Amino acid sequence: VSTVDTSGAEPGSTPAVEVLDCRGMRCPLPVIMLARRLPQVPIGTVIRVLADDPAAAVDIPAWCRLREQEYLGSAADPIHDAPGYDVRRRH
Amino acid sequence: VPVAVIGGGYGDRVVTAHDEPVRSATGQPATVRPVDGDPGDPPRPVYFDAASAAPLHPAARQALQAALDDGWADPEKLYGVSRRARHLLEAARAVVAEAIGCRPEEVTFTPGGADANRRGLLGLLRGRRRFGDTLVHSAVEHSSVLHTAAAHVAAGGRAVSVPVDRLGRLDLSAFRDAVTTGGVAAAAVMSANHEVGTLQPLDEVAALCAEAGVPLLVDAAQSLGRVPVPAGWSVLTASARKWGGPAGVGVLAVRAGVRFDAANPARPDPVPPVPVPLAVAAAAALRAAMASAEAEAARLSPLVDRIRTTVAATVPDVEVVGDPVHRLPNLVTFSCLYVDGEALLHALDRRGFAVSSGSSCTSSTLDPSHVLVAMGVLSHGNVRVSLHRETMESDVDRFLAELPGIVAALRAQAGVTDL
Repeated sequence: VSTVDTSGAEPGSTPAVEVLDCRGMRCPLPVIMLARRLPQVPIGTVIRVLADDPAAAVDIPAWCRLREQEYLGSAADPIHDAPGYDVRRRH
Repeated sequence: VPVAVIGGGYGDRVVTAHDEPVRSATGQPATVRPVDGDPGDPPRPVYFDAASAAPLHPAARQALQAALDDGWADPEKLYGVSRRARHLLEAARAVVAEAIGCRPEEVTFTPGGADANRRGLLGLLRGRRRFGDTLVHSAVEHSSVLHTAAAHVAAGGRAVSVPVDRLGRLDLSAFRDAVTTGGVAAAAVMSANHEVGTLQPLDEVAALCAEAGVPLLVDAAQSLGRVPVPAGWSVLTASARKWGGPAGVGVLAVRAGVRFDAANPARPDPVPPVPVPLAVAAAAALRAAMASAEAEAARLSPLVDRIRTTVAATVPDVEVVGDPVHRLPNLVTFSCLYVDGEALLHALDRRGFAVSSGSSCTSSTLDPSHVLVAMGVLSHGNVRVSLHRETMESDVDRFLAELPGIVAALRAQAGVTDL
C-alpha cells in the first residue's frame, strides 16, 4: 500500500488518497486486497485499486455492490501504467 | 426401415419423472464406472456439466449401433447400400425438422453447433449484403457468434452488441433501436444462455425483427430438447451433444425464402459431410429428449430451485446469478466471493463433482466470461451446474451437503474468512 498524490486524476471527483497496487495479481486477489484495506481507512476515503487482471473490471464493481460500498469508476491511472478502480468507503 | 432405427427402443419411450436412469448391477448409473469400497477411493463421480455435453442418451447409442451396421456406405452413391445410408440420413433430417418445426429440406447437419452459428451468420450476412453490413447480437451470445461478429468487423463490416441486465435478459429497447437502424443485415439472439440459463424474450425479439424486416438467427443449443422451440426464427442452430446426441453433430436450419448465401465464391467452404451414423444417433437422441422434455423439466427445475435457494442460504457471501424464473430447467450458476474459481473446480473434482466455471482463471485466455461481465456479476469463484436425465436427487443432495465445507476450506486456506 502506498500513499501517492493523484489529485486531479479521473474519474472520481474526490481524489484517491491511497493506491492499492494489485498489478500482476489475479482475481480474486485484488478484491481481497480491497476488502482488507477499505475498513482500515476513514469513512469517505477513496482508494484506487490498480489491477491489470481483466476480471477486476467486473469484480471490483460487483464487490462494491455486494458490500454496499461506493464504486466511483475506472480509468487509466496517469502515474501507473494500469487501469485504476476508485472505491469510496461508505460505511 | 430407417425410421425404425431412429424411433425404436428408448426413442419412443416417454421417461417419466419417476424413472431412474439405467443402472448397472452395482447400482451405479450405467455410464459411470463403478468404484469399489476402498475408503481411499474418490467418491462416486457426479457429472454436472450437461451444458457442455450431456451424457449420450441410450436411444442414441442404440441408433448409432444400428446405423453403423446399416448406414456405413457413402450416401452420395447410386447403389443399394448407399441408398440405405441416404434414407437413414433423410430420416434423421426429418426427425430434426419435426422437432424444430420446419421442413426437412431446410435442415443441414454440420460438424457442430459453433460451426452452425458461423455458417448461419455468414450466410445471412452475405445474403443480405445489398441491404446492409450490420450484425446485431446480444452481448451474451456464444463465443462462436462473437468470433464471427469480430471477423465480420475485421473484414470491414459492422457489429452492434446489445446489452443485457443483471439477470442476463436482453435490453429490448436497445435491441429495438439497433434493429430499426438502417443497414442491418442480420440479428442473432440465443434462446437460452449457456452460462447462466436465462431465457431470452424471443417472442418480442422475433416480432421486432419481423417488423424491421431483419432475419433472426436463434442459437437454440441450450434449449432444444429441453424447452419448447421458439418461433419466429429465420435461421436456427443447435448442437447434438447438448441434448444427449453424439459430439460432432450440429444443426443449421434455414427457412425457405430467407435471403441466405451459403457460398462465398472467393473462399469456398462447403459443409463437411456429417457421418450418417452420427446424424442418425443425434436424431434418435433428439426424438427421445423431446418426448421426455416436459417430464424432465418438471423433475429438474425444482432441483435447480433447491440449489439456488440452498446455496444462497448455506454458503456465505455467494451470488446466485441468472434469471430465477425465466430460465432453463437444468442450469444454475453462482459465484463465491474471495474464492479462486480454478481452485474451487479442482476441489469439487476431488469430491467427484464435474462442473464448469466462467471465472477467468479457468479460461484459456485468462479473461473472465463475457456473459458474467455483460451482466455485471461477480466473475471469480464461479460455478455452473447443469443437470441432465441421469442426474439423481441424491447427487444434488450430496453436492449441497458438501459445497459449504469445500468453500469454507478454500476461504480458510486463502485466509479470507474475516473479510
